[in-house]
Amino acid sequence: MSDRAKTPVIRVRGLVNELGGNLIHDQLDLDVMPGEVMGVVGGSGTGKSVLLRSIVGLNKPKAGSIKVFGAETSELAPQDLRALQLRWGVLFQEGALFSSQTVTENIQVPMRRYTKMSQKLMNEVAAMKISMVGLPPDAGRKFPSELSGGMRKRAGLARALALDPDLVFLDEPTAGLDPISASHFDELVRGLQQSLGLTVFMVTHDIDTLRATTDRIAVLVGKKIKIGTVATLVHDDDPWIQEYFAGPRGRAALSV
Amino acid sequence: MRNILPVVEAEHPATLSLERRGVGVKLIAGGDWIVPEVPRLDHELQGLHFAGAREGAIDGSTIQKLDSAGGWLLLRTKHAMQDAGLRVTQFTLPDQYRPLMENMDRAKAEALIHGPRGPRNLKEYLERIGRATVHVLQQGYGLLSFLGQITVENLEAVTSPKRELPFPALIHQIEETGLTALPILGLLSFLLGVVIAYQGADQLRRFGAEIFTINLLGVSVLREIGGLIAAIIVAGRSGSAFTAQIGTMRVNEEIDAMQTLGLNIAEVLVVPRVLGLVVSLPLLTFYAGAMGIIGGAVMCYFDLGITIPVFLNQLQEAVTWQTLLVGLIKAPVFAVIIGLVGCYEGLRVERNAASVGKLTTRSVVESIFLVIVFDAGFSIFFSVIGI
Repeated sequence: MSDRAKTPVIRVRGLVNELGGNLIHDQLDLDVMPGEVMGVVGGSGTGKSVLLRSIVGLNKPKAGSIKVFGAETSELAPQDLRALQLRWGVLFQEGALFSSQTVTENIQVPMRRYTKMSQKLMNEVAAMKISMVGLPPDAGRKFPSELSGGMRKRAGLARALALDPDLVFLDEPTAGLDPISASHFDELVRGLQQSLGLTVFMVTHDIDTLRATTDRIAVLVGKKIKIGTVATLVHDDDPWIQEYFAGPRGRAALSV
Repeated sequence: MRNILPVVEAEHPATLSLERRGVGVKLIAGGDWIVPEVPRLDHELQGLHFAGAREGAIDGSTIQKLDSAGGWLLLRTKHAMQDAGLRVTQFTLPDQYRPLMENMDRAKAEALIHGPRGPRNLKEYLERIGRATVHVLQQGYGLLSFLGQITVENLEAVTSPKRELPFPALIHQIEETGLTALPILGLLSFLLGVVIAYQGADQLRRFGAEIFTINLLGVSVLREIGGLIAAIIVAGRSGSAFTAQIGTMRVNEEIDAMQTLGLNIAEVLVVPRVLGLVVSLPLLTFYAGAMGIIGGAVMCYFDLGITIPVFLNQLQEAVTWQTLLVGLIKAPVFAVIIGLVGCYEGLRVERNAASVGKLTTRSVVESIFLVIVFDAGFSIFFSVIGI
């Protein structure tokens, strides 16, 4: 266990990303440790989502090394990359549920593709996941268009967790939710993270979410990255970070 | 750092054994109870039965790795024991998995009670047939009231001095639906002319009446084929585009935005499209007829040796201005059908991606169907009035 704890789940070195000729990331380094909740914040356009997409392989970086579970993702053969993908789950911003399938079918997509579970067992496991993410039991029969935004995110999380991954990526999990739903979602993430022993990589704007769920925070500022905890970053002298944590919203969230 | 490839298989294969001791059964689980092992374990667990036992125990203390699928199997077995009337005396797992099991224990009750829906029965099928019937009737009613609304809007747009025709949008639609359809429509009509002339010549040659190939070609292309092929191409190109455009706007909430800004949906979206088609489809029909005749003329020249002057001479005798008019008079009606159906289905799109595709398909099928039905209606009408 102690040996495993030293090896980062995600190890990014010298990452360079360009979008449309604009430099987005300039030599980023980032480590995410097993069992850790890492929050990623930054202003609009600082490339938070690009960073997430680079790590999960949806975006090809210009330069740099990205290792997930010790494997260099850009050098993997397609079948090895697929094997690696089974060990992580991604929750996209709007849930990205397949709109032609019910929630239960959505959750069963990865099970059907990668395991030999019987239909009955898949039904049971899907029903359990639906319940674990806090959706009512009848949600399984519904189509994504029949769900509210918060329920869609929960369903998306259930699909991301379908194969019990070790690592979960969350892209703005609480954006667009009302404060009550958002704090319930925070509790859900934290609860699942503890009970399943997940490593979580979370892009967010929400300072309450940061405080409630994350162990460490990576701030994207000026094409670089600064890593710390809420307690240390508050004293950082970067103007954006100061504004972020010491602005009215930041102070309100931290003073609770 | 070594470049370790991820393993999908379990490191320690899961083990499972059942001990019987007097009135008690003890399930001993070990190894990795994780997703790759779960299908096999599920099968083995299904084979177990606890008949005759009164006490059950589950000992998972030697489990190395457990995930929620494996945890579910253990939990399910525990419930199976309880359902079989056993008293479960022991349920042990390594400490690190206690939060997971607690989380699932809370979840499972609901999952068990409200399992997924069972097989459909006859009543449900009947209900679906009934719903579908009512749905079709409602749709016909909806299309009819849409026709009424658009007719009023169109008339107002043309006649009312207060309201301006949306000219830029109209011109744009004429270009989109008319001008850009010329290459494909021209090619298809030309080829159809070739085919009709060739097949006609083949049959008529038996009577020594090859020259009447031109009559056959002229009448069929100008009266029927030209208009039909133009309408079908436009339904496939533009009717589907209308549905997809308006449908995507619906998905993006653009239609809702227009409504809140006080814009008239029919005026902004439907009138330019329908009027644009009403202008461009007759032109396309004429063009299709001309291209068909040219195709036939080329075929006659090469196959039958009929020169162009002879061809034109015979064509003049075969075709009157009425023939052409009968073909052209149908075009605006087809245009209204295609435009209305395309816009109507577009406005019915729900806010999901599948709906856009479904209704686009439906719009094309529906408009081609209606075009052919109306064409048959026109044929009967013209034969009754003797044209």
